[in-house]
Amino acid sequence: MTEHEYDVVIVGAGGAGMRAALESSQRAKTAVLTKLYPTRSHTGAAQGGMAAALANVEEDNVEWHVFDTIKGGDYLVDQDAAQILCEEAVQAVLDLEKMGLPFNRTTAGKIDQRRFGGHTRDHGKAAVRRACYAADRTGHMILQTLYQQCIKQDVEFFNEFYVLDLILNDDPQSAEGKDVAVAGVIAYELSTGQIHTFRAKSVIFATGGAGKVFKTTSNAHTLTGDGMALALRRGIPLEDMEFFQFHPTGLAGLGILLSEAARGEGGILRNSEGERFMERYAPTIKDLAPRDVVARAMANEVREGRGCGPNKDYVLLDLTHLEPAHIDEKLPDITEFARTYLGVEPYTEPVPVFPTAHYAMGGVPTTNNAEVLRNNHDTIKGLYAAGEVACVSVHGSNRLGTNSLLDINVFGRRAGIAAAEYALTTEGYDLPADASALVSDQVEKLRATVGGGGTERVADIRRELQATMDRNVQVFRTSESLAEAHTLVGELQARFKNIAIHDRGARFNTDLLEAVELGFLLDLAEVVILGAEHRKESRGGHYREDFPTRDDKNFMKHTMAYKTKDGIRLDTKPVVVTKYQPMERKY
Amino acid sequence: MTATAEAPTKAGEVPSFDVTLRIQRMDPDGTPDHPAGEEYWEEFTLTMHGTDRVLDALHKIKWDVDGSLAFRRSCAHGVCGSDAMRINAKNRLACKTLLKDLNPKRPITIEPIKGLPVEKDLIVDMEPFFASYREIMPFLMTSGPTPERERLQSPEERARFDDTTKCIMCAACTTSCPVFWTDGQYFGPQAIVGAHRFIFDSRDEGEWDRLEILNDKAGVWKCRTAFNCTEACPRGIEVTKAISEVKKALNTGAV
Ligand SMILES: Cc1cc2nc3c(=O)[nH]c(=O)nc-3n(C[C@H](O)[C@H](O)[C@H](O)COP(=O)(O)OP(=O)(O)OC[C@H]3O[C@@H](n4cnc5c(N)ncnc54)[C@H](O)[C@@H]3O)c2cc1C
Ligand code: SF4
Ligand code: FES
Repeated sequence: MTEHEYDVVIVGAGGAGMRAALESSQRAKTAVLTKLYPTRSHTGAAQGGMAAALANVEEDNVEWHVFDTIKGGDYLVDQDAAQILCEEAVQAVLDLEKMGLPFNRTTAGKIDQRRFGGHTRDHGKAAVRRACYAADRTGHMILQTLYQQCIKQDVEFFNEFYVLDLILNDDPQSAEGKDVAVAGVIAYELSTGQIHTFRAKSVIFATGGAGKVFKTTSNAHTLTGDGMALALRRGIPLEDMEFFQFHPTGLAGLGILLSEAARGEGGILRNSEGERFMERYAPTIKDLAPRDVVARAMANEVREGRGCGPNKDYVLLDLTHLEPAHIDEKLPDITEFARTYLGVEPYTEPVPVFPTAHYAMGGVPTTNNAEVLRNNHDTIKGLYAAGEVACVSVHGSNRLGTNSLLDINVFGRRAGIAAAEYALTTEGYDLPADASALVSDQVEKLRATVGGGGTERVADIRRELQATMDRNVQVFRTSESLAEAHTLVGELQARFKNIAIHDRGARFNTDLLEAVELGFLLDLAEVVILGAEHRKESRGGHYREDFPTRDDKNFMKHTMAYKTKDGIRLDTKPVVVTKYQPMERKY
Repeated sequence: MTATAEAPTKAGEVPSFDVTLRIQRMDPDGTPDHPAGEEYWEEFTLTMHGTDRVLDALHKIKWDVDGSLAFRRSCAHGVCGSDAMRINAKNRLACKTLLKDLNPKRPITIEPIKGLPVEKDLIVDMEPFFASYREIMPFLMTSGPTPERERLQSPEERARFDDTTKCIMCAACTTSCPVFWTDGQYFGPQAIVGAHRFIFDSRDEGEWDRLEILNDKAGVWKCRTAFNCTEACPRGIEVTKAISEVKKALNTGAV
């Protein structure tokens, strides 16, 4: 075991983690722990753009952006947080440009902007060009630019370190008003199998999303919700986990994302009869309706037998009426995905697509300064979260496209500043002598399953979990489907106790870590399902067929899920409303 | 054209086939049959489908046959740069290489990328690779006061270095380079690509600092234009062209 001591430890080196590191490392002694090399983080997969009312190409302003964000989130957005997000957006984009990010340019040499779903001028009058972009590789450019700045600032990285526990000085579920603070984290080093303890005055969680709860997802294999699950296990609540965004156009069977830009450029969705079915679901804006609306329409076509292919289980994204030159210019990467992975030539053939699990709106609850909440009022001193792992909540029940790359920059920066400033005011807390006991125990137990009595395989349980979630907790949910998922996940959790892994080795034992990650997914799946069962209404990304309308009277509040010794306890938290009273969400 | 139910729907139609993967293995902790550090070949025969990639086959082995097989991967669609490996003697990303494009009738050989120390099976030590990248000062360098708004750049100026911004640092180029294999000093193609991205950025003023580094004995002059790097690049970057543009800048003293 090796011991380390830092002012600030950042867990995760995606956009949020590295943006935080740039601030924190200027102010305090900072370490970044990441299970992937920074440039492998999934921020690099983001395609479309980053929203900011720069008004470089047409009239736009912060207030319109705030309104769109709140409406897009179906009024479950905390409006003060949305205000901060959109106000700081302009500076966040300009900061990235000054760091060297190669944005696409207007003929006048300014940052170019394009349209994206749900972003409008003057409270819904027409689509507005608000997304700043770098070809269809915006996330790649953000990740590279932040990494380059980290090199410049000599940020200290611990690459391929898996954080497997969070140490607090006290139980976060203790009475309100009591001081609960962070003491550090415990990490497992992939290359050696060694366990490291990090004493830290501040810890920032920036571990990204949890898309691997589902089978069909645009998320990387490594997005297993580690930060969320670690927080939950240590008694910290998770907020709004039932809200998952299903992006309409994932490559069928694979889930690889084809950006909304495909429809923005004129692509049309068709069913097995060749019908442009979105005309029936959203007569005015058709294929460019919000993500949740389009995803449900597609799933409904398939369910009613109008799906395509031998199993009638997808619809088609038709680009064949577009000029090949236009496709090459505007959609090069995603059309290449269709060619590489499905062998489909988008010039002449429509592309099989189906909704794909894309984004976790919920996560670890935080204040607007990224401080982690342990209940509706108290923060945990020195603990912060930013990016997809966190729930501020700026996305409410449905995130607008391009608002997440914005989120990771705005709240990553805030977290970095707040964590460092706090660290400079405190001595921190010592780690208890047995701080790493839980992790060593977990690792040793897993090693001991090699050739032992366990009869279950990690991969089987994971496949069944993902299939169950796709079948029961995806675009359509009912009390029956959720009850089924609830039972099955319970069974899988029981079977998980009886697993056996193959690799006993100390070095690069990814077999062992996949088992640990599956444990995280199982914990989170349960919270998603329970939240969805409890929320007997339909709002944003959460659609209950048995309760198809939004119910503001009973459900305009956040869900807070606490892990207790008697299982998950659900509570609620009020939504912060400043200016915009809920209205019906029509586009 | 209008899509109909009769339209080709390849995703579901491709039949399954058997394929053999011949994988170079090495366990730093040793196995009952192989001492620690020994490199050996192991074959796996699997039933796969036409849409499956090499990464799917590796997962099938890891998940269903032998969990100890070690390789890196994350995004699974060619954007994170984790899984460059030598597949049938060529550097490629496992997640971007379809089995059916490799003639599955013959065994497919899979080895770690060459020139970096092997840590376990298909995992190599990437540190020397990233260290070369850090050497070339891969960050925007400017002087003078920071402007209030964005620095202006025309679309043409932006296009000048577009190609090299696509790099995902997968190391396929560097580890396909015969000079890199034999010469412990050479930065390798990726570091030059990384430098090119800034040298030809109109906003950057550090081009001569970088060019000086690349003029060094470990720099561009080691390149013998073997073109392996360009062939290997999964992002379609014209690596050799970027290198020759850097050479030309050094020769002419103009960027
Ligand atoms: C295909 C795709 C396209 C998208 N396009 C857009 C877009 O156009 N616009 C937009 O706004 N949003 C987009 N999004 C969403 C957006 O990209 C993500 O929400 C955002 O990038 C998440 O950033 P992050 O920093 O929170 O996490 P990530 O970038 O996922 O980083 C997570 C980090 O945490 C580390 N980590 C995780 N667990 C551990 C652990 N246990 N120990 C140590 N380290 C750990 C990982 O190594 C990694 O460095 C897209 C998402 C996807 C999947
Ligand atoms: S230039 Fe191409 S091959 Fe080389 S590291 Fe970059 S993406 Fe990989
Ligand atoms: S797994 Fe990301 S590039 Fe292959």
